[in-house]
Amino acid sequence: MDFILGRLSFDSLPKELITQGGAISIVIGGILVVAALIYFKKVGWLWKNWFTTLDAKKIGIMYIAIAVLMLARGAADALMIRAQQALASGDAHGIVSSDTFQQVVSAHGTIMIFFVAMGLMFGLINLVLPLMIGARDVAFPFLNSVSFWLFAAGMILINVSLIVGGFSPGGWLGYPPLTELAYSPGPGVDYWIWALQIAGIGSLLSGINFLVTILKKRAPGMALMKMPIFAWSVLVTTILIIFAFPILTATLGMLGLDRLMGMHFFTATQGGNPMLYINLIWAWGHPEVYILVLPAFGIFSEVVATFSQKRLFGYKTMVGALFAIMILSFIVWLHHFFTMGAGADVNAFFGIMTMVIAIPTGVKVFNWLFTMFGGRIRFKTPMLWFMCFVVTFTLGGLSGVLMAVPAIDFQVHNSLFLVAHFHNVIIGGALFGYFAGLMYWFPKIFGFTLNERIGKYATYCWLVGFLVAFLPLYALGLMGATRRLDHYDGPGWQMLFVIAGCGVLIICLGAALMVLQLIVSIWQRKKNIAGSDPWNGRTLEWSVPSPAPFYNFAITPTVTDRDNFWVEKQAALKHKSTAKLQYEAITLPKNSGVGVIIAAFAFMIGFGLIWHMWWLVVVGFVGVIVSVILRVSNDETEYMITAKHMEQYDKLYKLQEPTV
Amino acid sequence: MKKSIKIVLPILLVVGAIIAAATYFFQHYNVAVLNPQGDIARQERDLIVFTTVLGMAVVIPVFAMLGIFAWKFREGNHKANYRPEWDGNKYLEIVWWGIPCAIILVLSVVTWRTSHDLDPYKALSSDVKPLNVQVVALQWKWLFIYPDLGVASANLLEIPEKTPVNFTITADAPMNSFWIPSLGSQVYAMTGMSTQLHLIADHTGDYRGSSANISGKGFADMKFTARSTSMAEFHSWVGRVRKTSTTLDQSGYDALALPASLDTPMYYVVKDNDLYDRIVMKYMAPMTNGQDETQNNTNDKSTPSDHGNPGMMDMPGMEGM
Repeated sequence: MDFILGRLSFDSLPKELITQGGAISIVIGGILVVAALIYFKKVGWLWKNWFTTLDAKKIGIMYIAIAVLMLARGAADALMIRAQQALASGDAHGIVSSDTFQQVVSAHGTIMIFFVAMGLMFGLINLVLPLMIGARDVAFPFLNSVSFWLFAAGMILINVSLIVGGFSPGGWLGYPPLTELAYSPGPGVDYWIWALQIAGIGSLLSGINFLVTILKKRAPGMALMKMPIFAWSVLVTTILIIFAFPILTATLGMLGLDRLMGMHFFTATQGGNPMLYINLIWAWGHPEVYILVLPAFGIFSEVVATFSQKRLFGYKTMVGALFAIMILSFIVWLHHFFTMGAGADVNAFFGIMTMVIAIPTGVKVFNWLFTMFGGRIRFKTPMLWFMCFVVTFTLGGLSGVLMAVPAIDFQVHNSLFLVAHFHNVIIGGALFGYFAGLMYWFPKIFGFTLNERIGKYATYCWLVGFLVAFLPLYALGLMGATRRLDHYDGPGWQMLFVIAGCGVLIICLGAALMVLQLIVSIWQRKKNIAGSDPWNGRTLEWSVPSPAPFYNFAITPTVTDRDNFWVEKQAALKHKSTAKLQYEAITLPKNSGVGVIIAAFAFMIGFGLIWHMWWLVVVGFVGVIVSVILRVSNDETEYMITAKHMEQYDKLYKLQEPTV
Repeated sequence: MKKSIKIVLPILLVVGAIIAAATYFFQHYNVAVLNPQGDIARQERDLIVFTTVLGMAVVIPVFAMLGIFAWKFREGNHKANYRPEWDGNKYLEIVWWGIPCAIILVLSVVTWRTSHDLDPYKALSSDVKPLNVQVVALQWKWLFIYPDLGVASANLLEIPEKTPVNFTITADAPMNSFWIPSLGSQVYAMTGMSTQLHLIADHTGDYRGSSANISGKGFADMKFTARSTSMAEFHSWVGRVRKTSTTLDQSGYDALALPASLDTPMYYVVKDNDLYDRIVMKYMAPMTNGQDETQNNTNDKSTPSDHGNPGMMDMPGMEGM
């Protein structure tokens, strides 16, 4: 039995009421979804149209679906954290044990960063990047599918921990020696390691894929300096991914070896060095926060220009600022541990480097503001997200500059002040950006616009809820409250924790309104048909019909200007083009299920390593290798659409379009 | 202009409410970091205020421009000059590269100086002879050894006022961070490492101390009282501890180091001058048996440790000594 099940046993099932509830709801939810799929005979449809697709737009939608699902999970964790801390003052010990609380905190951070923020980011990039640069697809469509399914496998693995084994109590970055065998012998930390390892490899592959896509697949005439800023932000992000994610893989790999084979990279004893881990994880971790926020900057650059109906201010400066941030983000990692006892010279250097990042970031904000100057601003929901972003991100930037001064950091490090700061920049920076992007590009993907009124209410709820939830945390930090406390006895703390809890409820109301917005919009979709260009857009994606056809462009566009579509529209007003459309034959990738299969084997490797089922690890490894060999020896992975068919498709799509 | 008042008024109300709430809190509760009780904490507070005010030089113009531009260039306002092709101005851009650069330049100089002045490793200059305290982070309690006085205490740090205290800090547990917000800077406590911190208390008083870094189940209980007293009172405390307490030898220490939190402070006489060094070196020496680390923690109960229980004395983890 031990050979088959490893260390998995009935004892691995959750023991506390609240975790049992979580486990049961996941299992029942899963069963219901599968049952519904079988009952409505949708399994084949799901496999053929979605799981095996190599269309970047569909992969993007699946990324976003997973991210939204995980946002719900992460929000449930957030609610538990807030409930616990609102109650556990003085002698009260709240709703869960300290061990469970620490698992919840770790899961909240891990899921929000790796499966929500990264998911939304890759989702949006998949949806619009190829369209924006005039490409039919990404450079490596099959690799794209593998990346997505590895991401999905990591997501499933992290949620399986809720059902068997529990999660890591070591925080979202799992500092050793707490996460070493000596202090955490159970499977929780292994879940954390292998879920991130699998998803992280997916992210690295995506990074390579999109870098090559941008460099090789741009439409004729689109010189690098004619790319939309969103494409630039993705370019810079992918470079960061390619340099940063191997560090994560290596670091988690070493921690994994410590735990699986009794090695001593980061143990407290026998020459292991936990400080090495802390350096390595932040050498990845700091670029990671820029990986999350730079695409959001790119989205805002598009949104502000579009809704101000005006060219983006200071394009070259924006590109320069992105590169400055990219380079600087690799030389600031030490600011995450000024308190580790590095000398004053070292601390001062990294502190100053951190502040220097504020310069290009500040310049970007000024450029956005001056894009508004002289415009005709339409306050649609994406623009509102931008304005909320400026408020929250500026505040977050201020607290960031404070914490960059080592002597200040000594007093607020690891306190709730820090927690407030990074939520300030990750929610108020990255997440607001993704929301703006989702609402902005939704009509391009689905063909109808989202309800504006409900969308605006949702935005207000997020902004107000955000301030109510996180301003008290700044105060708590200054009162000496440290992060991750499952109970506390500081005088006056409880009131602030309760206020913060109310803030999270307001945020949840905002999230509920977004769900309502989606439902109402689907209900009224016939009334809100978008047409190809609902926002009076500027870039290529608005030149194709909505929803975007599976081949993206019937005829590859030729680019002459940064705001190519805007310029073309202006030219068309003056004289109508009479040139005959020249259709050409195109090739597209065939669907493939191999990505799903590879990810399934990767999941087996992860699950086997967590539970010490060595046979499963071997099966998984062999499976991955064989699948890859079979795939690369298949020469018939593409199909052709002839010029004649292309013409028919194009007419069909244009017929569906209302003429605006 | 009626419409603009409708927008501006709620914003002013919200800002006013935030300021009022913050003021109320500052008056009624101890916002430790902003209410310093020692020289280090005071300098750090001043630095926080200085940096915040400096940052406002960017924050306020940004907020103002956001509001004004959004209002002035709204779509309905046809009086505003619409310039769809205006996409850059060299001089304007020089201004907003210049302003942040100037601010960061000022702040860099301040950062360099304060990083050195407030370096936790830097000894404080004072006429009073400093007190040495060795700090050991355990699962989940703090041990304070006074090597020059031959006493020790757990979860209570007794220090004389107006006297520089030189802390050397280590851990016999996962990583922790030693932090007394009222007195200033925190520094990590790590196994096999001895970090340093120098603090001073200006008055007598009780201050909260805790660990700022998660270290396992009992982490939230890992707090202590830092008690600053007059010099005379401090010496009488040392005398009382010497007279009334048990001796902390290796086996007593091993029992104390077992994973458990501590409800009431403990006091000890320490005759063994090398205890702290041995705790640090324990992690540096090669082990004979790779399994020891795991066994060390199998006894994972969260009731207060029964100090001196003979059944717990022959713990592993002493090899290499």
